[in-house]
Amino acid sequence: MPTKFVSVAAAFALLLGAGVVSANEGGHAGWQRKADNEVGNLPSLQRGARNFMAYCSGCHSLRFMRYSRLAADLKIPDDQRDEYLVPAGKKFTDYIVSSMPAQDATDWFGKPPPDLSLVARSRGSDWIFNFLTTFYSDPASRQTGVNNLQLPGTAMPHVLSSVQGVQNAVWRNEEHAGPDGQPLTTRVFEKFEGGVVGSMNPAEYDEFVRDTVNFLQYVGDPTQLEREGLGIWVVLFLLLFTGIAYLLKKEYWKDVT
Amino acid sequence: MSAVIEGKRGFRTWLNKRLPVDEFVATQLTGYYAPKNFNVWYFFGSLALLMFVMQIVTGIFVTMHFKPGDATAWDSVQKMVREVPYMWLIQPMHAVGASFFFIVVYLHMARAFLYGSYKAPRELLWVIGMLIYLALMAEAFMGYVLPYGNMSYWGAQVIINIFGTIPGIGPDLVEWIRGDYGIGDATLNRFFSLHVVALPFIIALLVMLHLVALRQVGSNNPDGIEIKEKLGADGKPLDGIPFHPYYTLKDIVGVGIFLTLFAIVVFFVPTFGGLFMEAPNFEPASLVSTPEHIAPVWYFTPYYAILRAIPDQRLGALAMGLSIAAFLFLPWLDRAKNKSIRYRGLMSKLLLAMFFTAFLVLMWLGLKPADPLYVTLARICTALYFAFFILLPFVSKADGNGPVPERVTYNAH
Repeated sequence: MPTKFVSVAAAFALLLGAGVVSANEGGHAGWQRKADNEVGNLPSLQRGARNFMAYCSGCHSLRFMRYSRLAADLKIPDDQRDEYLVPAGKKFTDYIVSSMPAQDATDWFGKPPPDLSLVARSRGSDWIFNFLTTFYSDPASRQTGVNNLQLPGTAMPHVLSSVQGVQNAVWRNEEHAGPDGQPLTTRVFEKFEGGVVGSMNPAEYDEFVRDTVNFLQYVGDPTQLEREGLGIWVVLFLLLFTGIAYLLKKEYWKDVT
Repeated sequence: MSAVIEGKRGFRTWLNKRLPVDEFVATQLTGYYAPKNFNVWYFFGSLALLMFVMQIVTGIFVTMHFKPGDATAWDSVQKMVREVPYMWLIQPMHAVGASFFFIVVYLHMARAFLYGSYKAPRELLWVIGMLIYLALMAEAFMGYVLPYGNMSYWGAQVIINIFGTIPGIGPDLVEWIRGDYGIGDATLNRFFSLHVVALPFIIALLVMLHLVALRQVGSNNPDGIEIKEKLGADGKPLDGIPFHPYYTLKDIVGVGIFLTLFAIVVFFVPTFGGLFMEAPNFEPASLVSTPEHIAPVWYFTPYYAILRAIPDQRLGALAMGLSIAAFLFLPWLDRAKNKSIRYRGLMSKLLLAMFFTAFLVLMWLGLKPADPLYVTLARICTALYFAFFILLPFVSKADGNGPVPERVTYNAH
């Protein structure tokens, strides 16, 4: 019986795990970092909300999130909510929608800025963290003057340049054989250096971005903390239930010889 | 065993004169004898039924708040999860439930492979089960399209286009399925109707037939010998025990363990690393932005890998169809005298292990991009997959005839 159980458990685990590894893969270049944000950290979420409202909400919407829900979840008192969070002309029950007209946005940036309600779920928090920290000066980009390692050719200007500054990228050339044997030269990113200095040092800026990413992760799945809190009790109940059910089964099965 | 005693009064007598409740319990539960040597593989039948009921119940609530249609589907799912009380729990239960349903169904099928449960007299039981599996695949596919995320859209594009490779009628058939020249409003509305009304009815009917057929032939067991052949003085099988209370109580333990695993996933890792809910499906359907690589959900990927392994698109679709249809012929391909793998030779054991391995590797490959190395591996596994069905008649005939025990093996505990 125990060996049978092990074999079934192994089959179960194999089926469950078949693709988790593959789902988590993806090219990890050396410059990519983990966001290391904690969605349970309330002050961080509050700072992130402040950052989002100050720097992002002009262009990006959170069209599935209401100001009221945000304030309630992040424990922002009603008076502060109405004074700082809800822009003039909006009600606190409104969805957080940018007032930028879509046509203007398309004219200015080439495409409308995406809604960010679920960006942390479609891209992941590490992706956003790397996107927001790897803008660099690139004169070849005539639209914005900057480029990005995480999303090369991004249409988004470096909105946070006053905070981060504008860093320069150092590249080195790597030679290798191409598919048809011809020597090929690839430009490989080495490091960031110098550039225009912003109001924060790199460590402060990382924290700033981490809070913002944290906030977006909360927005992507606002019930996650409540869910995990309830989940512990559900799992404990089910374990207790299973234990009692097992004892009952064992008692009845004594008759079976 | 007639529970109604003439002349006796009371509600139970009144009820049983009008509805055979006691008779049903007596024949189907307390008087239905199942082999006493079931092991853990035998949990998955009742668990499949549990998942079916759970999908129906959670589905009822999701349907209350879902708005089919290309302009409304995506928003309605996001809003129900965020704004309707407890839908943050019920909607993920439905989505994760689909994956758990397939885990259970695959293990239930694997059990039949191991112990020859499809062999005579259980051929029809197996065929009905396979029809349930087919209906379930259609049900799951349509359910996956309904939220209209970007992977819903592109996955549907790929899967519906497979029907376009059928010679002659293909292009018209695809248009008929979509109800339009592309996937859109009409497609979502008909998928909603099929997902919520037609297929659940069909599945419920097939499940009923599956259970009726099971009661007719009785359960197989890990030893693959018929308990009905060794009856006691009372006419009951010597190795049988009443389904209730013995197996009802045992199945409840299985349910407890299963629900614990299910709750851990739903509450703590609902996306399961992008396997149960794929990251591109957190973006709305978009005609202009294709996901980096399109892969169906994990439970379809063995067949998807077979489709991609064949260089010719039409032959690939044919191979995919055959790979699923082959299951239907299993009872007649297996020519062994013995049912259970326990009493078959090494060749049979290796053949089955080869098939299970090929199936799992194909499942993994279907999730990966079609790199040359993976395609080569998929071709090898596709060959092994079909080799199982081709070799089975010969191998089973050759080494499936050894001695079997008189009575089932069971250690009292």
